[in-house]
Amino acid sequence: NPWAATAYLIAGVFFILALRGLSSPASSQRGNRFGMAGMTIAVVTTLLTHVPWKTGDATNSFAGVDPVAMAEILGAIAIGAVIGIVMARKIAMTAMPQLVAAFHSLVGLAAVAVGAAAFLNPEAFGIGMSVLFTDYAGSGGAIVGGDRVEWINSVSAIEMGLGVAIGAITFSGSVIAFLKLNGNMSGAPIMLPGRHIINLGTLVAILALIGVFASGYQPQWLFWTIMGLSFAIGFLLIIPIGGADMPVVVSMLNSYSGWAAAAMGFTLGNTAMIITGALVGSSGAILSYIMCRAMNRSFISVIAGGFGGDDAAA
Amino acid sequence: MDFIAIFSIFVLACFVGYFVVWSVTPALHTPLMSVTNAISSVIIVGALIASAAAGSASSKWLGLAAVVMASINIFGGFAVTARMLAMYKKKER
Repeated sequence: NPWAATAYLIAGVFFILALRGLSSPASSQRGNRFGMAGMTIAVVTTLLTHVPWKTGDATNSFAGVDPVAMAEILGAIAIGAVIGIVMARKIAMTAMPQLVAAFHSLVGLAAVAVGAAAFLNPEAFGIGMSVLFTDYAGSGGAIVGGDRVEWINSVSAIEMGLGVAIGAITFSGSVIAFLKLNGNMSGAPIMLPGRHIINLGTLVAILALIGVFASGYQPQWLFWTIMGLSFAIGFLLIIPIGGADMPVVVSMLNSYSGWAAAAMGFTLGNTAMIITGALVGSSGAILSYIMCRAMNRSFISVIAGGFGGDDAAA
Repeated sequence: MDFIAIFSIFVLACFVGYFVVWSVTPALHTPLMSVTNAISSVIIVGALIASAAAGSASSKWLGLAAVVMASINIFGGFAVTARMLAMYKKKER
């Protein structure tokens, strides 16, 4: 659909203007409004191009827009709007970093949910096919007649695996950052013995399992294991980082949430998500670098907190 | 769209993101972070697609849950940025 692609491009340009606007005080409020405009365009375009469709069945030949599903979607947006605006109004100005951390965790979890939705219904997203086995013969005993078996093509499987993994890391990392900033958890770095080995092992395991997933072996447990390990590594990577470095971590997690959105964009073939995810991913990484420099901290030692050797400064 | 076409878009967007924030004033670090956060909820596009897709009830409900989460982030993120910027302006005067 060329119109939708054009609208997504305009949304992307507005997001660039938003980031640019936020760089200097004079243009900052205009920048924020550009951001809102871009998001409105992206959401409205998607609502118009992805209308829930109801097909007729044996008893009812009605086919057209599904009013219940449409109401559910608009209701979901409204619920989020009320919660979001109330949170933004009530929060104390001093609690701003934790609020941003809490918001990040939502983006991460949303990315995981979208990934899981695509995994459970690959056909609807055009990333795979599902085959209904009606014949026992030749299935090698593994597949029983009547079983529906779904395959996701390997490129999409890699994109989806990475998106879910990064989203899960963003979620659990942001939860830890929130707890540390909010004082629910000690700001002191928690150093597990042998954490370098554990972290490295977990990361390698996640990548290896995504590789297996892409190779075509796609049982449900594998998908949930990738997700679970990614939740764990997000947690493990952030607990060794001290409370003073948390603002940089929040910014870094922001960058991760962008990469997760971009990866899901690749899975769904959606340019709005790819452009915006890449923008957020790279600008978030640069922002955390700039923040480190302003605080006179080494970027590498903060980001690689789980791996780094700079333990004293925390 | 073929992979290379969308990958090109991705790489170019990465460079734009890289160059666009370098000149940020230190006082604007937190508002910039919060607006970036609001923008990252573009994941709502994926959530909306999942909610509108037919064929799997669990997939649809996951999509709707993601719509709620992303929508909290959109409205909350932009509102909180506006609040911070309003305060910043008062200080300037």
